Amino acid sequence: MIDTSSMAKTERGASFWQDAWHRLWKNKLAIFGLAVVTILAVLSFASPLICRYIIGFSYDQQNLALGPVAPNHTHWLGTDPLGRDLLARLLYGGRVSLMVGLCATVVSLTIGVIYGAIAGFIGGKLDMFMMRAVDILYALPFTIFVILLMVFFGQNIILLFVAIGAVQWLTMARIVRGQVMAVKRQEFVEAAHALGLRRTRIIFRHIVPNLLGPIIVYATLTVPEVILLESFLSFLGLGVQPPHSSWGVLIKEGAEVMEEYPWLLMYPGVMMALTLFSLNFLGDGLRDALDVRGSKD
Amino acid sequence: MFRYITRRFLETIPVLWIIATVTFFMMRLAPGGPFDAEKQISPEVRARMEAHYGLDKPLFEQYLTQMKHLLHGDLGPSFKYPGRTVNEIIADAFPVSLELGFEALAVALVFGLAAGMVASLKQNSAWDHVPMSLAMAGLCVPTFVMGPLLISAFALHLDWFNAAGWYFPRDRVLPALTLGAYYAAYIARLARGGLLEILNQDFIRTARAKGASMRRILFKHALRGGILPVISFLGPAVAGLLTGSFVVETIFGVPGLGRYFVTAAFNRDYFMVMGSVLFYAGFVVALNLAVDVLLVWMNPKLRFE
Amino acid sequence: MPNRTRLTFCLTLVYLAMIGCGKRTTLVEIGNRTQELLLNNMGEPATLDPHIGIGDIEHNIILSLFEGLVRADPQTLSPKPGVAERWEISPDGKVYTFHLRKTARWSNGDPLTAQDFVESYHRILMPSLGAQYSYMLYPITNAEAFNSGKITNFDQVGCKALDERTLQITLHSAAPYLLSMMYHDSWDPVPVSVIRKHGAIDDPTNPWTKPENFVGNGPFVLKEWRMNSHILVEKSPTYWDAKKVRLNKIFFDATEDSDTAERMFRSGQIHSVPKALPSKVAFYRKYKPNLIVTYPLLGTYFYKFNVKRPPMNDKRVREAMAMAIDRQAICDTVMRAGEEPAYCLTPPNCGGYTCATSLKEDVARARRLLAEAGYPDGKNFPTVELLFNTLQSHKAVAEALQQMWKKNLNVNISLHNEEWKVYLDSLRRLDYFMGRSSWVGDYVDPSTFMDLFLTDSGNNETGWSNPEYDRLVHIASNTGDQAVRYAAYQKAEAILLDEMPIIPLFYYTWPRLIRSSVKGWYPNLLDEYDFTSIYLVPGTN
Repeated sequence: MIDTSSMAKTERGASFWQDAWHRLWKNKLAIFGLAVVTILAVLSFASPLICRYIIGFSYDQQNLALGPVAPNHTHWLGTDPLGRDLLARLLYGGRVSLMVGLCATVVSLTIGVIYGAIAGFIGGKLDMFMMRAVDILYALPFTIFVILLMVFFGQNIILLFVAIGAVQWLTMARIVRGQVMAVKRQEFVEAAHALGLRRTRIIFRHIVPNLLGPIIVYATLTVPEVILLESFLSFLGLGVQPPHSSWGVLIKEGAEVMEEYPWLLMYPGVMMALTLFSLNFLGDGLRDALDVRGSKD
Repeated sequence: MFRYITRRFLETIPVLWIIATVTFFMMRLAPGGPFDAEKQISPEVRARMEAHYGLDKPLFEQYLTQMKHLLHGDLGPSFKYPGRTVNEIIADAFPVSLELGFEALAVALVFGLAAGMVASLKQNSAWDHVPMSLAMAGLCVPTFVMGPLLISAFALHLDWFNAAGWYFPRDRVLPALTLGAYYAAYIARLARGGLLEILNQDFIRTARAKGASMRRILFKHALRGGILPVISFLGPAVAGLLTGSFVVETIFGVPGLGRYFVTAAFNRDYFMVMGSVLFYAGFVVALNLAVDVLLVWMNPKLRFE
Repeated sequence: MPNRTRLTFCLTLVYLAMIGCGKRTTLVEIGNRTQELLLNNMGEPATLDPHIGIGDIEHNIILSLFEGLVRADPQTLSPKPGVAERWEISPDGKVYTFHLRKTARWSNGDPLTAQDFVESYHRILMPSLGAQYSYMLYPITNAEAFNSGKITNFDQVGCKALDERTLQITLHSAAPYLLSMMYHDSWDPVPVSVIRKHGAIDDPTNPWTKPENFVGNGPFVLKEWRMNSHILVEKSPTYWDAKKVRLNKIFFDATEDSDTAERMFRSGQIHSVPKALPSKVAFYRKYKPNLIVTYPLLGTYFYKFNVKRPPMNDKRVREAMAMAIDRQAICDTVMRAGEEPAYCLTPPNCGGYTCATSLKEDVARARRLLAEAGYPDGKNFPTVELLFNTLQSHKAVAEALQQMWKKNLNVNISLHNEEWKVYLDSLRRLDYFMGRSSWVGDYVDPSTFMDLFLTDSGNNETGWSNPEYDRLVHIASNTGDQAVRYAAYQKAEAILLDEMPIIPLFYYTWPRLIRSSVKGWYPNLLDEYDFTSIYLVPGTN
């Protein structure tokens, strides 16, 4: 047996993940994105505390006599037509939007990865069937389908996660399947097989780590799409329902009064755009960092 | 090639059948029906109307009848618009969506490819970051915000256009821009990514070393390969573009198909929903096929997969 | 210097574009000159058949294309001669004799006769047609029996053509509001022979209203119909009063989205938008008051209770909730179009009837009632869902009321909005606790509201039934003596307000955006246009 321990000490190698992190760190836009998302996530989840102690208003506290006012000392971002503080609603809405984004992405991730992995790994006739099913689902007009789902099952927020997730998993399944098939063919897997390693061990020890890269990238890119999707559903009246509020709802309400009370559109719009920007840049950065083929040195 | 196309074509039939079945049962089982109205109709009138359209028969019998009609290409009558058939409505609205879709596609391709090419040539410079950030804006601003913003700026304040409507050639501009923005952004990013992948390869470096200009390299070598991801994306995207966007059509008052898709579901206009779904599905399937054929033609390697 | 040349070139283009595209002539200005009225009609009409159309969208267009025996005066809503130039009413109020004018014609030149009216009423009462508003003709003797299939010989129904120009209608009991009921499209004549040419007379999908087939008797004829886009009607040369009509064309725009419609109005594409969004109302009132008119509409906005479902089955709970809110605040800060708080079902001055209400807002009393019902200070009050259909204004009202109930009674009402059809279905099946509802009168008489809460009314949807209420409303339907009728309605409404199956919230106000070049238009309770009087003044805006 070759003594590998002595050889390992001469050169300080870096693992795949350390390399990737290095590349990511060099990408300024991606790091900016990461920072923004983290700050937002912290703010959003701490929003009940912030609303109570710093702002002083809660997201559903109405003040009918006051009505909509422009940003001032009491209401830092102004109020909406029912006199509710915009900053409080923005933070609360952010919480809901990010949660929808996260949960729906997790749903689509779970379904997509399991589905794609099975199809890719087993291959053959099963794979053909499963991919044909994906083709069928791709051809369904998403809008009608989600409307039917929401109408059929009622409008609660859990259903929203499921409905959006159920539509997003298709691309994930395709990517995972493609990746699994590519990895399956590689020599080290054949070698492991030849060495007699059990299938489960091959899957978990060798194939799954290679999937993580594309999955992370795609998941990061799915979250903004989900948030946009939710805002579109709000436009139709099917998104998050009262008493909850999300950025989609705030933007829709703001777009309706764009000329009269521009702050109601501006702040939620900028906030949402900033978040989506950040997530997209982060996702791009991750893709550049984790894509082994893309590195040219 | 011919056999491939025929095989794919035949494969679409079971696909469409499954879609039709799923749509049928989902629509029928949803609460609320086409004849529910704020001023409720009497039970006798309701019974009569349901009998007229065959809605009083057992569900499975209705399903079979509908399938039979579909095979003949008869999409049935509309409940919301008595006197109109679904075929008629689609034939009337589709050309509008088609025109809008093409114009939006043109906007998307022109701006997207231009931005993507420039960005890939001058990677990591201002010429890269600025267009890509603008492209990001196209992806991150929902159409129901972008549309009113454009209208407010160009129609209401600058008075260059009408606020809505589809009557004059000028009316096409703002809707096409709004609808195309999202796709332009996507195409820009895809083109940049695809082109970068090619441009960083060795044979390009060789060409540059040999003295070829960037423009020649771009158009002669890189574009062909770099376009591939764009084309893959275009398939389903074009289906969405051409069948109309509900949001853009609502905001700009365009009498296209997109609005019918959504309102039909809300109105429980059963045959209209089925017709819309199948029309859209057929489109997607056809476009996917076209895209696959195009990809195979452009990249002979794929033929053996 | 190629870069600088390019830059100059671009800047010049931009500059030219800006001045070249300068002030366009707006469509409204063109319309003012050519007497073409550009109206937003809030949506695509389901049909243009007067016997099948059910909503305002259809009605506005049908108004221009057909004319009944009488027309409404746009200011007073009193009956004016239409196709009938004069009429007599028998002393017992049961027989109406109409004399049609000689000059009345269909748009294809055929004379309009009394027989045409008889055949039209026959058509709408045919059970096989399934007309939703056939009940408007039920005052006619045996009309209801014929419409429900109990009799099959139309000769037994009380309308006869005594001769070519005399139409006699017999009622089973006097109905003082009959003439105002006749403004409704269901009483319009239709060209029966033309309809038969294009299909069966009782087929609701008969294509006789397509522009190439269309024949009507109104001041305008159908010229163009582009689905989801517009309908264009042109002045009819065969209309008996064509000399009076000053408009040449009317363009009904089918834009449904209120935001889009308002932008079109602002951009000079539209003369009038019937309904502006609440947020815009405040804006227009402040900055452009000459472009907006607000006027009362014959309608009430209320919440229904499902009186079969606890805790709503306890009258005291219902009363408490109806008393513990601030309607004026809702009108002033949420709706903001000048709506009036409602303490009755019927709007005030409904054909001269104003209900004497007992309902008053009284938080202290409400709290006492709630305690009596077993929920002192809201303790143990079960979660009650408030159902409404998905619309921004309904949501705003619901949210405001939710807060009021929480503050005043300490009860938690959860909001539940459903998509339109689902909401309708829930109401119909009584699958709700409290539901938002409204009713706009079909004609100016309290019966159109009071009939709603009869035990067997399909629009009741509350499970509430009171035999005394039914009895009183039936008395009112069966007599012609207005004093007796209104007295009965007062008593009936008092019962309704005592038992409170509904919470009246406010009476509708209509905020209409309209340019000052539109003359001859007057606001009225039914928001009824009179296209023969409207005209445009060029040069104003």
